[in-house]
Amino acid sequence: MSGLKSLLDSRQVWRAQIAADNNHGEAIASGHAELDALLPGGGWPPAAISELLSTGAGNGELALLWPLLSRMTREGKPVMLVSPPAVPYPAAWRQAGVALEQCHWLDVQGREALWATEQCLRAGCCAAVVAWLPQADSRLMRRLQVAAASGNTLAFIHRPLAKAAEASPAPLRLRLHRHAELEILKCRGSFPPSRRIAFGAGA
Amino acid sequence: MRWACLLFPRLALEGALRRRSDPTAPFALIEGPPQRQHIRAANRAAREQGVKPGQALGFAEALCGQLETAPFDVESVERWRRRLATWAYGFSAQVSLHYPHALVFEVASSLDLLGPWPRLEARLRGELAALGFSHRLVIAPNPAAARVLVNVHDGLAVDEAGLESALASLRLDRAGLARLESDNDIVQTLNRSGFQRLGELFGLPRSALARRFGSGLMRHLAELRGEWPLALDYHRPTPRFSRTFEFDRPVHAIAGLAFPLKRLLQELGVFLMGQDAGVERFCLAFELEDGLPQTFEIGLISVQRDPDTLLELTRAHLERVRLAGPVMTLRLFAPRLSAYAPTRRELLEGPARQAQAWAALHQRLVARLGQPALKPLVEHREHRPEKAVLNGAGPRAREASIGPPRPGWLACAPQRCDGDVVQLLAGPERIESGWWDGDDIRRDYYLAQWADGRHAWVWCEPGQQGWYLHGWFG
Repeated sequence: MSGLKSLLDSRQVWRAQIAADNNHGEAIASGHAELDALLPGGGWPPAAISELLSTGAGNGELALLWPLLSRMTREGKPVMLVSPPAVPYPAAWRQAGVALEQCHWLDVQGREALWATEQCLRAGCCAAVVAWLPQADSRLMRRLQVAAASGNTLAFIHRPLAKAAEASPAPLRLRLHRHAELEILKCRGSFPPSRRIAFGAGA
Repeated sequence: MRWACLLFPRLALEGALRRRSDPTAPFALIEGPPQRQHIRAANRAAREQGVKPGQALGFAEALCGQLETAPFDVESVERWRRRLATWAYGFSAQVSLHYPHALVFEVASSLDLLGPWPRLEARLRGELAALGFSHRLVIAPNPAAARVLVNVHDGLAVDEAGLESALASLRLDRAGLARLESDNDIVQTLNRSGFQRLGELFGLPRSALARRFGSGLMRHLAELRGEWPLALDYHRPTPRFSRTFEFDRPVHAIAGLAFPLKRLLQELGVFLMGQDAGVERFCLAFELEDGLPQTFEIGLISVQRDPDTLLELTRAHLERVRLAGPVMTLRLFAPRLSAYAPTRRELLEGPARQAQAWAALHQRLVARLGQPALKPLVEHREHRPEKAVLNGAGPRAREASIGPPRPGWLACAPQRCDGDVVQLLAGPERIESGWWDGDDIRRDYYLAQWADGRHAWVWCEPGQQGWYLHGWFG
């Protein structure tokens, strides 16, 4: 133990945790206190994609994102949904606090969805882009990650659970369990906690 | 006042070359009756192989095997000259086509904005080079002097003080005298009298000169020296744009249209710049080898005039287009121009820049995916979920009302799902509505837990068996 301490004191060891804490100073709060406390920097990684893996719609993915989306849209920043799994129900989104006039969705499939996601990310004018891209592989995810970084845009990519085994360039990967429970599979700059986190589900 | 004169020595050839995909391939313009056609002008590649103006077509083809030709067309030369006048209109309000093969325009009034002259000159030359027209350029205190000086100079700029000496050194046969009286060869007469340069005429007594050669010469000399005002007809550009691009052979793929499209949009950009206008919509027509022409209207969200932006948007639009047959002619026309307000980028603050980027993104998405793909979220005051969400029936909800919980996702059509519901978590909520339009429903909605833990919105008809899945509580 004393050996480790002297090693640290001599500044010969680079500590990833500290570097990550410094980098993620401007992380964007998710609106879920318990989740924010666990995420490095205290929120969603900015200018990056966060990957959400689930078995399909109805796992609480909206309950997870709504606090963020409602905060952004009420500040007048546009939010784009790309190829959502079903038609968004405006009444529900409004009840969740989302300003509907700032919220748009793209009804596209396949390659066009990937193209549109990249365009939205690169344009740098959307506050957040939420895309459902079951077709995206790790190469395309890297492309989207680069686009998110260049456009300085927050992105959430939903993919099916089967992709959990694949490598992914996303700095944050979450797996949604049942309704309103999630597990952090990967978070850059910290060790993912092993326990599941329940986030406040509205419905 | 200072007048610039642009002379286009190879206008016919370069106008024709602009319509060719490879301008460096040997190419010549021919004229003459069909049995005795000869070369009128040839491009560099053809000249290097020995093709010269005046040669018989057969001889030229023997010299240069892959020579491609097109007939010389006086009409098209004039058309190009008018297009260039429209381009020059972007720099000056007084553009005249008075002199053949040349354009004269007044630049002094524009120098405050575009000047000083060396910068404007560089810009004019740069834009002409981009358009592919070789030219000679002279600026002088009056249009007549500019026109004669461009015969022998390129890049000359003379002011009032230097005008006299610049004109004096001109040879008489280059001084525009031949145009005065064609029946009586004035230059030859003067040469035989021992006059070689224009300056020698300036020294002669005017009355004697007028008596011998008539008032035409006197007037020309006075115009050159700026003593006689010259009234010119000014060019007024037409407020519509229409260009066609004809192909030598049919084009089968959209990719083959990229080059001509770029050229036409570039011309549209030049035209719009000259008009100080933009377009909100324009049309593309493909005339097919067989069958009716295919026409597309390309609508833009905001008024645009930058050729690169227009090209990008048109390309995105064409990606969704399938050609109905081989294309013979491409036509681009803009029936209406709109006022263009350039955006001053460097002055924009954060939110305005955001709005601009958002408009550009919107435009790009709509151009490629089509207007219906990008949807807003609009809440309607209507109880039937399908009607409210999918059909947009009923008035728009205004004030925030607190209603019973609704799922974030609505399925397009309810689906039978009898085995999947594990537990009902909330409900029922009776939705019974629509008796007035024949589409009435009577359902009990529940929040149900799915076998894998997801939360679904399901309904059954009161008193009946069978569950239907209608949405997800995401």
